[in-house]
Amino acid sequence: MTNVIVARSVDEALATLSEAPDITILAGGTDLMVEINRGLRQLNSVIALAQVPELHRWSIGEDRLMIGAGVTYTTMLNTKLAQAAPALAQAARTVGSPPIRNAGTLGGNLGTASPAGDTLPVLAALNASIVLDGPSGERCLSLEEFMVGVKRTCLAPGELIKAVEMDHLSGGQEYLKIGPRNAMVISMAGVALAVDRKAKQVRCALGAVAANIPRASEAEAWVGERINWDSGTGVDSVLAQEFGQRMAAESSPIDDHRSTAAYRRHAVGVLAARALQRVFSEGTNGYV
Amino acid sequence: MSNSNSLYINPYSLRVNGANREVADSQVSESLLFVLRERLGCTGTKNACTEGECGSCVVLVDGVLTCSCLVLAATVVGREITTIEGLGIAESADEKLLDERGGLLPVQQAFVDEGAVQCGFCTPGLIVAVHDLLEANPNPSEGDVREALSGNLCRCTGYGRILAAVRSACEQMRSPL
Ligand SMILES: Cc1cc2nc3c(=O)[nH]c(=O)nc-3n(C[C@H](O)[C@H](O)[C@H](O)COP(=O)(O)OP(=O)(O)OC[C@H]3O[C@@H](n4cnc5c(N)ncnc54)[C@H](O)[C@@H]3O)c2cc1C
Ligand code: FES
Ligand code: FES
Repeated sequence: MTNVIVARSVDEALATLSEAPDITILAGGTDLMVEINRGLRQLNSVIALAQVPELHRWSIGEDRLMIGAGVTYTTMLNTKLAQAAPALAQAARTVGSPPIRNAGTLGGNLGTASPAGDTLPVLAALNASIVLDGPSGERCLSLEEFMVGVKRTCLAPGELIKAVEMDHLSGGQEYLKIGPRNAMVISMAGVALAVDRKAKQVRCALGAVAANIPRASEAEAWVGERINWDSGTGVDSVLAQEFGQRMAAESSPIDDHRSTAAYRRHAVGVLAARALQRVFSEGTNGYV
Repeated sequence: MSNSNSLYINPYSLRVNGANREVADSQVSESLLFVLRERLGCTGTKNACTEGECGSCVVLVDGVLTCSCLVLAATVVGREITTIEGLGIAESADEKLLDERGGLLPVQQAFVDEGAVQCGFCTPGLIVAVHDLLEANPNPSEGDVREALSGNLCRCTGYGRILAAVRSACEQMRSPL
């Protein structure tokens, strides 16, 4: 019996998965192959999704974007998606190196569900729904529902991630992360901001500083009240600093091999203050 | 599905540098890097980290720059794989060019001329990555070059001569011999 199945359609993948729910799903391989090469993962059978055209699709609607699970970082950077979801493009730009970005996918970042996954804070800020399909049909989950812990998802046996839908906003967006150098680093702390002018909201999410990807709801509410929404002004450096401190207060980092909790908290403050000034700087955010 | 035989998969065939190559007795978990080197004898592609960090294993899969260590070999059946052995001026090309350059692409010659090769371990990966960059962008800025090579580590040269070689290759390609 063949042990490596290269699926050509979602239906074919779902049929295979329903027969063999414990088969390993392989997308770009940039997380999974590292585990396999290290001998951390025994493989019986693999279903490869990289050649399923439906999973590579994306579309830009007026209010929502749809991005297939197989869309790579390179696509998020080099297509109109980069204008439609600028923070997602910024996050994609920080991932690994060109060959990693050519292979790594949005679905794989979700499947790995690391708190340091760079797209995840952006998805949280854009109110993403993760579209799953499987033996009991399609379901849509928020990131909070989908990611149930560090590297743990609620994917049921036989299910796959089909696509991610998220808000298409006209306001400024920013994703900033910090690591030991400028390329090829896993985030030690990350901040995503997305301005929703209609709802008069600055949506704020945090990466690599908690077991999940939290929205900083108190900092959001606080800063939302201090913006002059008619002119897009009101953010000076004093406000930005205080916002940074509030964001830091809502993070719950730990000490580990990559960094210390104290440094991570400090970094969140600096990144959040910088991101806030950028999303309200002239020329961004739809304000003139 | 989990008898021990099932860890081995039937012979399959890969297209490497334009030729069909049969891969026999391969285990499911073998990477393209492993298969290229250990089963097909294409040792130009180097193995250093097997985790996507160093770029010494990069190849082109259907023209896309890819870390071969992160590709499950059996999933790229039918796709066009180009390794460092497949880069160069083919025999069918202009004979005079072939003579003058010993079959090397301008990028390869520039690495030789600029002393961008010390131990040479990183060189195949760098050549493939630079080739990929210049195909897409013949006139890259210094920033573009640094970005394009951010996934290739070199422990010897300090990168200065590599950047010089890329500049020189660009000039060469603008005004060929
Ligand atoms: C050198 C290097 C640098 C990296 N740098 C970064 C970085 O800066 N930031 C970052 O966030 N990540 C980084 N990563 C991690 C990795 O690139 C990302 O997490 C990537 O998005 C994984 O996607 P993939 O398609 O390669 O997933 P794979 O490795 O193929 O799969 C990852 C997991 O997701 C599951 N999966 C994949 N697709 C689906 C699907 N459609 N449905 C259900 N399950 C699925 C798989 O079963 C597996 O468990 C790096 C990796 C490497 C090797
Ligand atoms: S061996 Fe593949 S990137 Fe290092
Ligand atoms: S020349 Fe030795 S690693 Fe680059």
